[in-house]
Amino acid sequence: MIANHSISDVRVDFPSLDQIVKVLLLEDYNTRVVVLGVMALGVASGIIGTFLLLRKRALTADALSHATLPGIAVAFMVAVSFGGSGKSMVWLLLGAFVFGCIGVLCILAIRHTTRLKDDAAIGIVLSVLFGLGLCLLKIATELPGGSAAGLQGFIFGKAASMVASDARTMLFVAVGVLLVTGMLRKEFTLLCFDETFSTSQGWPVIKLDMVLMAMVAIVTVIALQSVGLVLAVAMLIIPAASARYWAKSIMSILFLSAIIGCLSGWLGATVSALIPRMPTGPIIVLLCGFWFVVSFVFGTNNGIVVTQIQRAKLNRRVGMQHILRAMWEVSEENASSTFRVDEIIRLRSWKKLAVLQLLARAEKRNYVTRLPNGDWMMTTGGSIEARRVVRNHRLWETYLIHFADIAPSHVDRDADTIEHVLGKDLVERLEHLLDSSYDLQSPHPVGERA
Amino acid sequence: MNWTEIDTWIVIIGALCAAGCAVPGTILVLRRMSLMGDAISHTVLPGIAIAFLVTGSRDPLAMLIGAVVVGLLTAFLVQAIQSLGKIDVGASMGIVFTVLFAFGLVLMRQAIDHVDIDPDCVLNGAIEFAWFDQNPDGWGIPRGAIVNGVMLVANLFFMLLFYKEFKITAFDPALAKSQGINPGFMHYMLMTMTAATAVAAFETVGSILVVAMFIVPPATAYLLTERYGVLVALSLGVGVLAAGLGHLSAITVPTWFGFSGTTTAGAMAVASGGLFVFAWALSPSQGLLVRFLHKQRTHAHILAEDVLGIFWRVEERSQSFVQTGDLPSALGVSSRVLKKALHQLLKQGEIIQCTTHLELSQSGRMRATKLVRSHRLWEVYLDKHYPQDANQLHHSASRLEHITTEEMQSNLGDENTDPHGSPVPSDVEE
Repeated sequence: MIANHSISDVRVDFPSLDQIVKVLLLEDYNTRVVVLGVMALGVASGIIGTFLLLRKRALTADALSHATLPGIAVAFMVAVSFGGSGKSMVWLLLGAFVFGCIGVLCILAIRHTTRLKDDAAIGIVLSVLFGLGLCLLKIATELPGGSAAGLQGFIFGKAASMVASDARTMLFVAVGVLLVTGMLRKEFTLLCFDETFSTSQGWPVIKLDMVLMAMVAIVTVIALQSVGLVLAVAMLIIPAASARYWAKSIMSILFLSAIIGCLSGWLGATVSALIPRMPTGPIIVLLCGFWFVVSFVFGTNNGIVVTQIQRAKLNRRVGMQHILRAMWEVSEENASSTFRVDEIIRLRSWKKLAVLQLLARAEKRNYVTRLPNGDWMMTTGGSIEARRVVRNHRLWETYLIHFADIAPSHVDRDADTIEHVLGKDLVERLEHLLDSSYDLQSPHPVGERA
Repeated sequence: MNWTEIDTWIVIIGALCAAGCAVPGTILVLRRMSLMGDAISHTVLPGIAIAFLVTGSRDPLAMLIGAVVVGLLTAFLVQAIQSLGKIDVGASMGIVFTVLFAFGLVLMRQAIDHVDIDPDCVLNGAIEFAWFDQNPDGWGIPRGAIVNGVMLVANLFFMLLFYKEFKITAFDPALAKSQGINPGFMHYMLMTMTAATAVAAFETVGSILVVAMFIVPPATAYLLTERYGVLVALSLGVGVLAAGLGHLSAITVPTWFGFSGTTTAGAMAVASGGLFVFAWALSPSQGLLVRFLHKQRTHAHILAEDVLGIFWRVEERSQSFVQTGDLPSALGVSSRVLKKALHQLLKQGEIIQCTTHLELSQSGRMRATKLVRSHRLWEVYLDKHYPQDANQLHHSASRLEHITTEEMQSNLGDENTDPHGSPVPSDVEE
């Protein structure tokens, strides 16, 4: 299949329905192992990644995963020199864990004893320890008695070579992470949202932080085999970052993040089992990225579509209030409820097209009507609404002059930014404050209470 | 060790690459965007893969363009996700570069699996074989040296052209904006330089060394100097030194243990790390050693003054002589440390050895008088302005007495008794 492949041949060989069913039902032993393993990993990393993300430690985890490479090489060399197989998963993972922790400690040491910031500390540890790992791996391949060829697989992952015991380890770790998180949920949450407060309340912040980073190290270590160390950080942060666009409470973020991680793992393993030349790790990460894009765009909490709609709504409301106030001020000058478009343009120096559009919208809402001679006239409803808007504006101006010591010539702009968000009770409080305390001087008549 | 022309070229290529990376690296480190260098050197991979798929060849110009475009896309996406999606920059970076890198890996596996760019080469590079890759009319200069050399010259050119702008944006982006420098333009120019450097370096030395060379030499230089021009020069020097040391250790160190050698790119990264640790420990202005010694000296100074203070107070109460055996527990130090302090004071002539005991010398008594005067004046001052518990008062004054200058003392007032009722000794004439 590979032999007659040309460089520019980018065809994807699609599987038959039969194959799809076989993979989906996990009939194949290998597929079953890989799918179960990565799903467990997805749950564990989704959960611990949520805390990592909230704690703003995403890239520390990246350095941690890169720092595991020398650990793997050292563990291999030690195992071989003691006559072991060198590929015993437990030892490799232990070595990876130890070096991951060393990496994190180095970052902390650089940050606290030099004037370099977090980013440089992370970059230094990441690149230097990874370079050391590459050197040691090269040396390890020369060791007599043990073939280190498979160790390279940890860099980009080698899900296909997973065996049942690996999947069991992953499941075991996932359950462990769930248990620890369940027990320390409150403490971790506090740590993520208000470190200073938790310190002042006497929580062992440093110990909790260490537990959190140790859990991250454990999850990273089990991610090595399926997604590889370069991409391990993706499994930690992307599901959590996606979940944040759908939920606000920590419990629902944790839950969603675990589901997204699990789902990406399952789909990724399935796709890579079905389509040839699809490496499992990168596919899982791409699927995570897909969920992230979907959440980022359509998410109900800060997703960009929702944000844009809200912003557009607000802009429309503000625009309407602007035109109402302009109409009111023009008719105040004219002492009649009719006005012409160019009068508004003269007052506000707005573009004619924008004014006409706003007037058309106001007409639709029955605030104004167009007279046969081309002039405009405020309706009763329109003038009630306009008076309310103008009143809010002037109340706020008065407030600013008397309570915020702002020069009368400057209050118009300042009032403009706040008048649109004045609620009913705020207006009442303003009225109360302004009524009771001072002999008020407003730049304009404020108007009667409605 | 058997050094050949090939080894020389390896070091030259590594040094050119390191120097080329160090130029944009200084700004990345100063602007706290080091990890942008990391992210961009990862996303060079999909850029190259796409360029390869589109053109079907290993045309260097196409790859350069592809990598720079994807590098700029990375910078743009990181910023867009950070500001539109309201998440912190680290997470946004982590998301963008991992997804793009994964995409690059899939592309490579899908279509160019059997060509000579493979994932291992991405990380390790092929600097060991760079010498063999020569253009026919290249006068024996390997292609890697030409590419990295051109990149270094280009980076230096842009750096000198926009020296002032880079300097201001690196240290104070807000000031830069107020000076009419377009921060967006400078940002994307830096990103372009970073991406171009990454792609030029990546083929010969691999992405991991690129990351190391972007960050480690400037970080090392940052620990050694306060001036930007010196910082750039030192970064270049550290990068070149790391390249030389790296290759040297790659071919020598493993042989001590009976291995044939190791990967040069990795060893260069480790060598730069070694130089960083060296500067971290021994930097004359802020190294760990200097700070440790400074701390020791301060401790010794304070201890000596405390000892003098005790001698003075014992003299004041005209009790018997100071029992040196009681001093360690009174001062909360070990007897060994105290012995050293007493020895030092004897040597300075602040105390003198009488037949049975130690007592203050003339100069020692003067110094001690000043100290106790400061102490008691501070107690008066603190009691007047920040009333507190008498015990607390004593502790605060004990700290402040060691840092009180003549001028400060003259501003503390001129009381005759302290809040505890002890007399304030009068000022001594030198």
